[in-house]
Amino acid sequence: MAGAPAREEGGGVTVTAVIEIRELHKYFGDLEVLKGIDFHVNEGEVVCVIGPSGSGKSTLLRCVNRLEEPTSGTILIEGEDITDLDADVDALRTKIGMVFQQFNLFPHLDVMGNLTIAQTKVLKRSKEEAARIAHDVLERVGLLDKIDEYPIRLSGGQQQRVAIARALAMNPDMMMFDEPTSALDPELVGEVLDVMRKLAKEGMTMMVVTHEMGFAMEVADRVVFMDDGVVVEEGKPSEVLQEPKTERARRFLRMVTAK
Amino acid sequence: MAMKPRQRQRLFRWVMYAIAAVVVGLAVLVGDWERIGFNFFNLEVMGRMFPEVLTIAARNTILYTLMSFAIGLVGALVLALMKLSTIAPYRAFAIGYIELFRGLPALITLILIGFGIPIAFDFRMPGGRVGAGVLGLSIVAAAYMAETIRAGIEAVPRGQSEAARSLGMSQNRTMYTIVLPQAFRIIIPPLTNEMVLLIKDTSLFFVLGTTPLTKELTKFARDFMVEIRNATPLTVAALVYLAITLPLTWLVRRLEKRAAVSR
Repeated sequence: MAGAPAREEGGGVTVTAVIEIRELHKYFGDLEVLKGIDFHVNEGEVVCVIGPSGSGKSTLLRCVNRLEEPTSGTILIEGEDITDLDADVDALRTKIGMVFQQFNLFPHLDVMGNLTIAQTKVLKRSKEEAARIAHDVLERVGLLDKIDEYPIRLSGGQQQRVAIARALAMNPDMMMFDEPTSALDPELVGEVLDVMRKLAKEGMTMMVVTHEMGFAMEVADRVVFMDDGVVVEEGKPSEVLQEPKTERARRFLRMVTAK
Repeated sequence: MAMKPRQRQRLFRWVMYAIAAVVVGLAVLVGDWERIGFNFFNLEVMGRMFPEVLTIAARNTILYTLMSFAIGLVGALVLALMKLSTIAPYRAFAIGYIELFRGLPALITLILIGFGIPIAFDFRMPGGRVGAGVLGLSIVAAAYMAETIRAGIEAVPRGQSEAARSLGMSQNRTMYTIVLPQAFRIIIPPLTNEMVLLIKDTSLFFVLGTTPLTKELTKFARDFMVEIRNATPLTVAALVYLAITLPLTWLVRRLEKRAAVSR
């Protein structure tokens, strides 16, 4: 397994769920956006979550590292309940790499600063070690030559690849992608998907909220279709994307492929 | 008479220029230039003000401003964080403080601090009257700058703190390493404006009483004006104020232009 350190629990042959969600409900005020979600991601698995906008897929992903507070339900990360009020959320988040639609690079820091600040401040790595790791991850996303640039000088695709590198620099056990290519110009989507494809091949555990059906078809081990706050259908990409069982999934897929 | 809009605009502009020319012309013709020169631009009086107007008065003005600004900035940061806090009593305190000291004239705050506190608590202010003045002005400046800092913090996109929190940074570390550096970049121009206002507010220090060595520009000029019965000291003080404030406002314009370009 690339990068991620082996954990004691689930180190054996048995498949273990690194993310396990049970009966998750989330309200925004009176609006129920997640209506009892059961969901899991196994170690080394790539799960793509698809569905119309407003279906709750981004909220589900953001609940996994508690950027959104779940209203009720359980979320186990590597067996640890993170909805527990006493859970050390900061420590937990270092295990979960997060990539946003809007990249969210720190504009006041250069690429090197973006890649090292959390390493040194949170993981307490030495400056030298953090810089070495920054070099490594930047090379993996193919942007070593941009190490001294400021984010504003990079294209959207390059910014997103740096954002992926920033998450990887923390040696996370899993990576979350929240519509990582939705804010990109069409010609820049490919370079970001290439990086994600490579990560998947290296065995990274990934949860990807996306509208890229081609990517889901090719890379995902499992596709989850959500609509109106519930998981409507899930299974192998070929099943969900090519022979959907429900009318709702059929209608959604017709609309995205018609584009 | 039918006129095209552009012609009408041009005519209007020429009328404006004519009115301005008439007003300036009348002032030049009617004004008694000998008396104006003697009372406001008296070179002999000017000569007698130096070097004290710079070595004491201007120096004190700058010193009082910088001290009040520094202390006020720290107070403002604390108030801004309290106002953005999720803890209701902190928010209530910040709102009460800001509304109170923005609502009061700075003069009254200075008197309350300078005379009220020593009387009420039998307490001698460290730094004496200057100390009381600096404290009073810091309290007022903190109230004004708190709102500026809060606006700056809120102008930093939410995604920035979400990204920082996702990397495992605590709420406080996110604030100090990610949000505040970006917020301050946004608010340097308005903060510099606050400093220009503070420079002028140091002229209120006189209410607390002064010694020859603690006078700032306005008090220094006023006392000298009364002593020699000539208004030239005010002219000199005005020019010194401008010599301090104009470079600052010029700097603000530069910073704003640069901020606009980098965005």
